[in-house]
Amino acid sequence: MLRLPPFRYLAPRTLGEATRLLAEEGPQAMPVAGGTDLLPNMKRRQFTPAVLIGLRHLRELKGISGSPEMGMRIGAGETLTSISNHPLICAHYPALALAAAAVSTPQLRNAGTIGGNILLDTRCNYYNQTEFWRHSIGYCMKRDGSICLVAPGSPRCWAISSADTAPVLVALQARVRLVSVRGEREIPIQELFYDDGMRPYTREADEILQEIWLPPALGWRSTYLKLRRRGSFDFPILGVAVALRREPDGRIGDARIALGAVASHPVEAEEAMARLRGQQPTPALLQEVATLAAKRARPLDNADLTITYRKQLTPVYVRRALDLLLEAEQGSGAE
Amino acid sequence: MDEWRRLQPRKAGPYKVVGKPLPKVDAYSTVTGRAIYADDIMLPRMLYGGLLRSPHPHARIISINTRKARELPGVLAVITGEDLPRKYGILPSSQDETALAVDKVRYVGDPVAAVAATDPDTLEQALRLIEVEYEVLPVLMGIEEALAHPDIKIHEETRNGNIHKAVSYEFGDIEAGFAAADYVREDWFYYEGNNHVPIEAHACLARWEPDPHDPIGGKLTLWSSTQTPHYVHREVSKVLGIPPSHLRVIAPHVGGGFGGKSDPFSHEICACELARRTGRPVKITCTREEVFLIHRGRHPVKMWIKTGVKRDGTITAMHFRSFLDGGAYGSYGVATTYYTGALQPVTYALPAYKFEGMRVFTNKPPCGPKRGHGTPQPRFAVEVHLDKIAADLGIDPIELRKRNLVRPYSRTINGLRITSCALEECLDQVVARSGWREFHAARLAREAEAVRQSSPVRHGMGLALSTYICGAGKPIYWNDMPHSAVQIRLDRGGGVTVYCGATDIGQGSTSVLAYIVAEELGVEPERIHLETADTTLTPVDLGSYSSRVTFMAGNAAIQAARRLKELLHSVAAERLRLPPDRLESGDGFIYCVDDPQVALSFEQAVQLAEARYGALVAAGSYAPPEDIHGDFKGAGVGPSPAYSYSACVALVGVDIETGEVKVEKLWLAHDVGQAINPLLVAGQVEGSAYMGYGEALMEQQIFRKGRHKIPSILDYKIPTTLDTPEIETILVGQPDDEGPFGGKEAGQGPLLPVIPAIANAVYNAVGIRIDEVPITPDKVLRALKAAHSEPGERPLPPPRVTPIVLNELWPARLIRWSPEHLEQRPDPTNGHHQHPRQGESAPHGAASTSSQLPQKGGTA
Repeated sequence: MLRLPPFRYLAPRTLGEATRLLAEEGPQAMPVAGGTDLLPNMKRRQFTPAVLIGLRHLRELKGISGSPEMGMRIGAGETLTSISNHPLICAHYPALALAAAAVSTPQLRNAGTIGGNILLDTRCNYYNQTEFWRHSIGYCMKRDGSICLVAPGSPRCWAISSADTAPVLVALQARVRLVSVRGEREIPIQELFYDDGMRPYTREADEILQEIWLPPALGWRSTYLKLRRRGSFDFPILGVAVALRREPDGRIGDARIALGAVASHPVEAEEAMARLRGQQPTPALLQEVATLAAKRARPLDNADLTITYRKQLTPVYVRRALDLLLEAEQGSGAE
Repeated sequence: MDEWRRLQPRKAGPYKVVGKPLPKVDAYSTVTGRAIYADDIMLPRMLYGGLLRSPHPHARIISINTRKARELPGVLAVITGEDLPRKYGILPSSQDETALAVDKVRYVGDPVAAVAATDPDTLEQALRLIEVEYEVLPVLMGIEEALAHPDIKIHEETRNGNIHKAVSYEFGDIEAGFAAADYVREDWFYYEGNNHVPIEAHACLARWEPDPHDPIGGKLTLWSSTQTPHYVHREVSKVLGIPPSHLRVIAPHVGGGFGGKSDPFSHEICACELARRTGRPVKITCTREEVFLIHRGRHPVKMWIKTGVKRDGTITAMHFRSFLDGGAYGSYGVATTYYTGALQPVTYALPAYKFEGMRVFTNKPPCGPKRGHGTPQPRFAVEVHLDKIAADLGIDPIELRKRNLVRPYSRTINGLRITSCALEECLDQVVARSGWREFHAARLAREAEAVRQSSPVRHGMGLALSTYICGAGKPIYWNDMPHSAVQIRLDRGGGVTVYCGATDIGQGSTSVLAYIVAEELGVEPERIHLETADTTLTPVDLGSYSSRVTFMAGNAAIQAARRLKELLHSVAAERLRLPPDRLESGDGFIYCVDDPQVALSFEQAVQLAEARYGALVAAGSYAPPEDIHGDFKGAGVGPSPAYSYSACVALVGVDIETGEVKVEKLWLAHDVGQAINPLLVAGQVEGSAYMGYGEALMEQQIFRKGRHKIPSILDYKIPTTLDTPEIETILVGQPDDEGPFGGKEAGQGPLLPVIPAIANAVYNAVGIRIDEVPITPDKVLRALKAAHSEPGERPLPPPRVTPIVLNELWPARLIRWSPEHLEQRPDPTNGHHQHPRQGESAPHGAASTSSQLPQKGGTA
């Protein structure tokens, strides 16, 4: 069995205490909520924090409230299971419920939180290996080494954004609130991400992700499709999140398409979204949009299955997601 | 005739225990976490041991400096290759391993040094303080590379480049066979290897008990998660130079093996040596990554097959070549090489058969036996190849197979004795239960409907057949001793203790012993206490490999129980004033068959018998019959006292836009003879189907830059229960003449047809052939795009297995053999070789039908 490196565990009782401890302990400390990503990574020595600050029991990070009319607030400490089972989320933000339900296994969804999933460490099959394995191959720049083993000539790290909920929250235009001893800020979730496998988040080391705000959902439909080799549990090798709203005349009023697991951050398919707006959906248009969206996918050989395959599947999944939403629209009169 | 058979008259009445769906005897302790596995055992003053493994796939060791590690407080011992220089290996012909590398490392993970420390953190730190200087050598990572570079030798001892073993056989007249064919087809196939992924990682604990008065210095006990305590006993004794009398190997509860725990391992030997040096118990528990590195998994095999057939599909000749990627060491590889060729004639009656196999060394974790040992790869090739021939000839694949089925009670062209065989019934059952004919008749309507609904999913059904051994006919070290032995002791309180070396690795062998002894003695299985898999307490059973335990240990148990029963009946007959032949045992009583009220309790009988005969202990043993194979060199792999048969139909849905294959249902018919416990048999069939499904579609043991690419069970994909398709198990067949209560194996055979059935179903669904396992969605999509490209598109070529081109002749001397050799053989004098087998003492219907069947081969 791989063993955890030694660390101190601090259990603050309030968010204020947590931010204070995080500031006091400095960069050697990391916050931990469900621990389903961090602890295995610590066993493999991707992280060796001297201090872990537990967020698990903070009331400020709990709760799902609001309404689809007004928008909803989700505490970052809510588990993926509670999100995937929440009736309002299932009914009005189905993409989020689907994405939360698609993460890992039931056991890990019971422990893992949405905040933890949003801030999941980027993944790469040269990086998510044991210390022995990485030592054997000579380490990569993301941890302990100096080059990227996927693209040795590249100055940057190409580890993949692999959170299922991240592209969905981008497509839903969610906002997130980060708090620290220095104050708090609320930003569109896109601004939380960097296109850099080594430093994929704009979160500062002393900040804690407190909550997620979803905008009103009236008139919107959304869905999430996930590609993976094993249906029961795997990280995505492609995630497609689509949200759209139609005008009364059937034209598409607005559309948001975001792709997961195709880069170091969730990628918005702006060109494809623009092409959809104001249009009557036809099979030819949807195919065109799907092809446009897929241009944003540039997979590298650091995840499961082949690059060509992951590239080829992107337009298929985008088109299927669009088809699903538009068919659901047509069928909704009967439901 | 063997004595066990004389002692095995079958009961007249219905069975009380055999055939009943009882829970496993250890079911409750296993599912409630009470069962004790090797890693659960803790002893006072126990040390933690671990291995430093090579980071290089191929390198010369220039120097090892262990000083810093030894000086670390809490470190009690550090050993390297020079401390354990004696070579070992599971097969006598492949003694090519050392516990720790001497001079050279041959794969990433090859053990180099071992440490014992007071706690796991100190251990980890100590391993990092060992300094090893390597000179990196060129690396060979595949069959073609290994053949192309005979100058880069992985083992100095190999005579011909990196070829570990090459064999060549011709059975019957192959040229005449092909000359008689109306149609000949050739194909190449590739089966990528895979790991067993037992849920319990390998673990062991060694304890040295010093005794200054003993010239050996003490005694050693090893608890290990092994399938083969007997062979571990043998090899540890050899490497440590401790006589077997001073070594005790115990297999506690084992959490799955599938062949991955059947070799003697470095961590076992090192734990023993570290315990001896420190005088303290030493435990070594492997990580999941180490399980992938220890490996001994399914060999990657490239195969070429050429078959001649008549217009009606009757096979006239088959020529089969296999190239095995053995990884860095021998392990069971010589046997695996033979197994890739041995069983083809046991499924289909081949009038002429040529087999050439070779295994090469590469710088990868060593391959060995995995469920089906060397036969799933050729099974995949043969069954897909036959489907192609059927399509070429326009013959129904079922008809083609039916024309060629091996016959019960026959002799194969390579000399193997076939006894009970319900292969045709297996085939008929899966065809009927799956609705095969209706499915295929509705093909056009179904496709039109899919198009109308613009569904991207196309459905297909595929079929395959297979055969497996019920125990290897020969032990690993050839000798005349029993393969399995059982001792039973009765105590005057009515308790029954069964001692047997058989190792329960989750398959239920301990339970099977309990049912068999309970049936024979007429007591409840719960009354029986079992002591198993302990080289000191229990008589030898060779191990849980080759699907041998139910058949061999079961027969030994019947013999032992029968001997005790005779004693009990003799005293009961006297007390009840009845002739012994009017007595029967059941439900804890010995009673009169004519009036069950006239009875004696089991306890009373035991007490009377003990008063009369003294302590009530009996032993039974089993060795397979001698006359079940040919008399050529290499004939020892393939023979078995019986063969199980299986047939599988797979229903798949293939997404033509994504290449994803979903198995919707598997129908699996298995000829197990008599199920000792149908619940356990169904469990084995379902487990095999599940594992075959994973191998067919998901599992990829791939390497990159000399390293296992994905040595974790997150990244290395095996299906979970949620992914597993619906499985319908159909048990068929008649009790086997020689099996215990007629039982045959169920643990490995049912895996074999699953993989080709799925491959054939994919073809049936979308008309493309992926001749390479696993059939991953990227390969399917690539083949679909190549087959259906629009004008102007330039798709990638479809996936294709690259043939291996040999510039020289096959590097093994051809051995020619025909069954006539057996006929010319003079009758042996010891009575063990009398023919024909099926004519005598045949209490079963199956045997009486056999006399009407034409005799093939030389037994008549």
